[in-house]
Parts: sequence; structure tokens; C-alpha cells
Amino acid sequence: MNKVLFFAHLRDAVGEEFLKIDASGKTVAELKVELVRNYNLPKLDSVMTAVNEEFAQDDEVIQDGDEVAFIPPVSGG
Amino acid sequence: MNYQISKEPIDIQSVIDKVVQRNAGAITTFIGTVRELTKGKKTLFLIYDAYEAMAVKKLEQIGREIEERWEGAQVAITHRVGRLDITDIAVVIAVSTPHRADAYDANRYAIERIKEIVPIWKKEHWEDDEEWMGNQLETVAYPSGKPEESDLNE
Repeated sequence: MNKVLFFAHLRDAVGEEFLKIDASGKTVAELKVELVRNYNLPKLDSVMTAVNEEFAQDDEVIQDGDEVAFIPPVSGG
Repeated sequence: MNYQISKEPIDIQSVIDKVVQRNAGAITTFIGTVRELTKGKKTLFLIYDAYEAMAVKKLEQIGREIEERWEGAQVAITHRVGRLDITDIAVVIAVSTPHRADAYDANRYAIERIKEIVPIWKKEHWEDDEEWMGNQLETVAYPSGKPEESDLNE
């Protein structure tokens, strides 16, 4: 299983801080497509992904137990 | 713990104290505060949220980048999360270096990098609306829509 975290407007859209999803074997891009299809999410094109707290590319394959987070453009500072 | 996310108000002096060193000729401190007016629109208050574990890692990365670019630099950064009112302090960055020019440059580098790679978001609350910032015009986090390749996994 994988913990998938959402932040900012994505969290508002999903209505949860995180979901438990079996995403192992999927690429980041495939998971994005699945989430947009299954949840009321806006497009994830400009959203970065982190796997285990490091930025990941769309072709990275998710392993069982990985923590995935969707990172909208940041606005700290 | 030179890099922190804080739910409590930031004590500026405690951040400065972390970079005091005998070889320093300068310490610069950047204090980011909550502004009331942005393009004529009146902010009532802000909510900052962070992916805390990753945010700390990315602040640490910025510190390492500075130590590599500016010899002898020491860095401490604390970013606040939660509700902040107008004039409240959102971030404090302290940088010490042997010479003053480097302390200014490195501190500027730190705040610009925070706005690129650290997973922290602010939600603006106006009189008639509210919105998470990031891909709006007021603050474009990534000019290309995402961090550059060189930003990743350093």
C-alpha cells in the first residue's frame, strides 16, 4: 500500500490529507491519471510529485510502501 | 536544528544565535512578514501549510548549496506555519560569513530558493474570497511550471 498526500488546493479537492492507495508498479504519471479520473481533482500537469520526500519525475515507478506526495507550485517565504 | 518549521511565533534572536561563529565578519537576517496589500487587494490573514518532513529536507539542501557557494557560510532558517496576521513573521533567515558581501548574497539566495523548492503553501484570505497561492500571478513558484532538473534530488 502507499500513502498518497495532498496539499493546498488539491487537499481541498480530495477532502482528505492523504489516501491509502495501492500504487506499486505504477509510474507517477499513471498514478496522476488514475487520481484525476477517480477523484474530483483539477489537472495535475503543473503539479510536482515527491516520492519519499524527494522530487520525482513522471516516469519514476512507485514501489510498495513508498510515500507519494503531490506538490502544487509552492508559495512559501 | 538549523532548519525548522514552526507552529509558534519565531524568535528572531534564536535563529541568529545559531549562525554566530568566530570567523564571521557579518550576519545578515532576512525577516519575511505578512503584507496587507497585494496589487490593491486587502489581505485579512494567511494560512501557511507545509509538507513538514520534506520542507525541512529542502531547507537543509538550501543550506548545503550556500555552504558550497560561499566559503565559511553558516545558515539557519525557520519558517512559520498556521494562521498569520498582517505584520506577523513568516520566515527568518540568518546567514553568517567572513565578509559582508557574501552574507547579503547568500541570504538573498536562500529566500529565492525557498520560493522555488520548499513545499510550503500559503492561503490568502481576503474580505470576499480565499485562495491557495502558487500558480496565481501574485507568486509564480516555478517559472517553467516545475522545478528545473538541477533542482531535483540534490
